[in-house]
Amino acid sequence: MNFYLLYFLVAATIFGFIAVFSLFSVYAERKISAFIQDRLGPMETGKFGWLQTAADILKLIQKEYIVPTAADKALFTLAPIIIFVSVYLGFVALPWAPGLVPASMNIGAFYIFAIISVEALGILMAGWGSNNKYSLLGAVRSVAQMVSYEIPAGFAVISAVMIAQTLDLQLININQGVLATNEIKFLGFIDVKQIGGILAWNVFQAPHLLIAYGIYFIASLAECNRAPFDLPEAESELIGGFHTEYTGLRFAFIFLAEYAMMFLVAMFGVTLFLGGWNTPLPNFGAFKLAEYTTGMYWGIFWVMGKSLLVVAVQMWIRWTLPRVRVDQLMALCWKVLTPLAFACLVASGLWRLLLF
Amino acid sequence: MIKATLNGLKTAFKGLTLTMRHVLGARKSRKVIAIKTDDYFEQQNGIVTVQYPHQKMSVPEVGRYQLDVAIDDCIVCDLCAKICPVNCIEIDVIKATSAYGKTSDGSVKRLYAPKFDIDMAKCMYCGLCTTVCPTECIVMTPEYDKSVTHISDLNYKFATMTEEEATFKRSELAQQQAEKEAAKLASLNKLTD
Repeated sequence: MNFYLLYFLVAATIFGFIAVFSLFSVYAERKISAFIQDRLGPMETGKFGWLQTAADILKLIQKEYIVPTAADKALFTLAPIIIFVSVYLGFVALPWAPGLVPASMNIGAFYIFAIISVEALGILMAGWGSNNKYSLLGAVRSVAQMVSYEIPAGFAVISAVMIAQTLDLQLININQGVLATNEIKFLGFIDVKQIGGILAWNVFQAPHLLIAYGIYFIASLAECNRAPFDLPEAESELIGGFHTEYTGLRFAFIFLAEYAMMFLVAMFGVTLFLGGWNTPLPNFGAFKLAEYTTGMYWGIFWVMGKSLLVVAVQMWIRWTLPRVRVDQLMALCWKVLTPLAFACLVASGLWRLLLF
Repeated sequence: MIKATLNGLKTAFKGLTLTMRHVLGARKSRKVIAIKTDDYFEQQNGIVTVQYPHQKMSVPEVGRYQLDVAIDDCIVCDLCAKICPVNCIEIDVIKATSAYGKTSDGSVKRLYAPKFDIDMAKCMYCGLCTTVCPTECIVMTPEYDKSVTHISDLNYKFATMTEEEATFKRSELAQQQAEKEAAKLASLNKLTD
C-alpha cells in the first residue's frame, strides 16, 4: 500500500514542480523580454508584478470551455491532455540528485526521447480537431518540424550516450563527477576521477560533445516550438497556430506543457552533456570542493541551477532572433545539423575505439 | 553552406550581445523629464517605461486639453458658441435689468447665463473658443486625463445660476420690459393727444 502512496506522492510532486516552474518562468520570460526591449514588464500585480502569472492562471481557470461546433470533439478535448501528459511523463526518468530519481530505468535516455515525440501527436490532434485552417497549418508545421529535428537531436544524444556507454541517465550522471565508477579522463587523456568538477563533465571528457550539445540545444528549441522555431504558433501568420481555438484550462494545459517541455529538454541536455547534478567545482589538493558540494541537496541545487540557466538562454534567444522561414528551418535541420550530428556520432565512435 | 552557417552563427551572436547589453542596461530607468529639458535627448539607455498613473510627464503650457470657464468673468457674449466648429457649447442668455457687475478685466456685465454647457465628448480641442473670448474667461487647462462612468458626465455645466434665480431674473426682465412698454405707450398717447 505504501508503495502506491509513494507513487502518487512522486507524481504529485512532479506536477507541483511543473506548475510552479511554469508560473515563475512565464513571469521570468515576461520580465526578460521587457528588459531586452527597455520596458518594465508586469509591475502592478504585487510588488514588481510577481503575482501577475498567478492572477493570469486564476483568470484562465475561470474561463468558459468553448468547443467549436465544427470541431472533432473527441480529438479536441483529448489533445491538451496528451500534449501535457507526454511532457509530464518525460520527467519520470530525469535524475535530480545522487540516488534521487522518480523512476530508475536502464533505458532512461531512450524513454525520454520516445515519450517526447508523443507530443507531436497531441499537437496534430489539436490542429486537426479544431477544424480551423490556421490550427491545421500550425499542427502540420509542428509535426514536420518536430519529426525532422528529432534526427539531429537524436544523433547528438547518441554521441553522448556512446561516450557514457549507458542509457541509464543516473549512471550517465554518476560517471561525470567524483562519484564515478568508470575511469574518466579530461579531453581523453588526463585522469580526473579524483578531481571531478567541471573537468569531468561529458562535454569536457570528449570535446566534440560541445558541438553535439550545440546541435542538441538548437534541435531542442525546435522541439519545444520555441522562437526562432516557433512556426507552429507563429502569431503573426497563424493567429495562435494549433492552439488558436483553445480556451480556459485546456489552453492553460497546452501552455503548461510548453514551459514544462522547455525545462525537460534543458534538464535532459544538462544531464547528458553538462554533468547533471554534478558540481562544477573541482577538487583542489586539500580543498575537496567537489566532494563538499556533492550530495542530495547540492545535487538538486546544481541540476536546477544549470537547467534554469539553460532555460534563461532559451528565453534570451527567443527575444533576440526572428522566426525562420519554413524552408530555412528545414535547410538548417537537414543540411547543417544532421550532417554535423552524424560527424559527432562518428567522432564518438572513433573516440571510444581509439582511446579506450 | 559552411559560409552561410558561419555567417548565421556570427549574426546570431551579434544579436545576442545586443540584447544582453539591453538587459544589463535595464538596471537603470530613464528619468521622467519634460521634453523641454535640455538633456532630454541625452538619455539614450535604460528603461523607457513611464508608469503612467504613478509618474506623469509634464505637458506643454500651451497644450490643448480640457476646457475650463471662469463664469464670473464671462460677459455672455456667445462668441465661443458661435465659433465652435462642432457646436459643443450651449449658452442661454437673460438680459439683466441693468449692468450688474464688472469682470476682472473691467468689462461690464449686462447679461446673465443661466446655462453654460460645454460637451467635452463633442469637443475637438481646436481651442478657437479660447482665442475669441474677449475676457479670456474660457481657457484650456493642463488636465488631460478625464474618464467618467457615463457619457453625460462629460457635459460640463459651468453656469452657477439656479433655476429659481433664472426664473426670477426672467420675470424681472419681463416686468421691466412691460414697464418700458407701458411708459412708451403712455408717451405715445401723450403725443397723439
